[in-house]
Amino acid sequence: MAINASYAGRQYAATAPYLVGREKIREFAAATAATQPVHHDLVAARAAGYPDLVATPTFAVIIAQAAEAQLVEDPEAGIDFSRVVHADERFTFTRPIVAGDEISTVLHVDAITERAGLAMVTTRCELFGDAALTDHVATVRSTLAVRGEDA
Amino acid sequence: MTTPVLADLTVGQEIGSRTVDVDRARLVRYAGASGDFNPIHWNERFATEVGLPGVIAHGMLTMGLAVTVVGEWAGDPGRVVDYQTRFARPVVVPDPGVATVEVTGVVGAIDAEAGTVRVDLTVTFEGARVLAKAQALVRL
Repeated sequence: MAINASYAGRQYAATAPYLVGREKIREFAAATAATQPVHHDLVAARAAGYPDLVATPTFAVIIAQAAEAQLVEDPEAGIDFSRVVHADERFTFTRPIVAGDEISTVLHVDAITERAGLAMVTTRCELFGDAALTDHVATVRSTLAVRGEDA
Repeated sequence: MTTPVLADLTVGQEIGSRTVDVDRARLVRYAGASGDFNPIHWNERFATEVGLPGVIAHGMLTMGLAVTVVGEWAGDPGRVVDYQTRFARPVVVPDPGVATVEVTGVVGAIDAEAGTVRVDLTVTFEGARVLAKAQALVRL
């Protein structure tokens, strides 16, 4: 099935809030060999001026990929995940994510382009610390490359 | 935690380096931590069936490992305000064995007015770059 280019420009309703947990911050930090105390030790995080444990910079991908599933797992979008390669990723922070944050995410499909049997799907997730979407936390941009069936 | 002083930095200066041995156990651990259960990252049969040379590391795992060099240098990983990369080549993780990923960071640009430093990361596996334009912007 071909990719559905008409999804370009689409904006989704905000996701249900993702509650950032201390143990998830610790688990993700350990998985990426991030040993700095602000990810693991509450006393160290508070001494550094944070209200709670600080997530590593790429922790936001957990929240973003869950939001991107609205597009990727939509059969009408025509994205065959077995043909997907992650092409690029970018995180831009208004502030670090900390434990206790309840992150609501708005997914945008910024572009879908096709060239020589390769479709590039560029998404943007806007992460907010409140359901009213006023406390902007981070922007996560991601491009997936989807090989065509002949490629 | 000590914070680098912007005025003391020069473009091209190395800020740190790290070598990480990635094995299959780390891929499984990252899959669980991240929620990315794509079988190309843990199932050899599936990976080769879709045309890959073998099980490959999550690009996001490599990206996450690499930025630890920046956070350690900055003293506080919360100072990283922007981090981007392109995924240029896969890291193929053998079984048994490890894929050794090498990370080096250098000062790429200094913006004294904004109080920010761009750190350029070189991330290699088997002598070739696996991340392209891997850049972290740090507010000091």
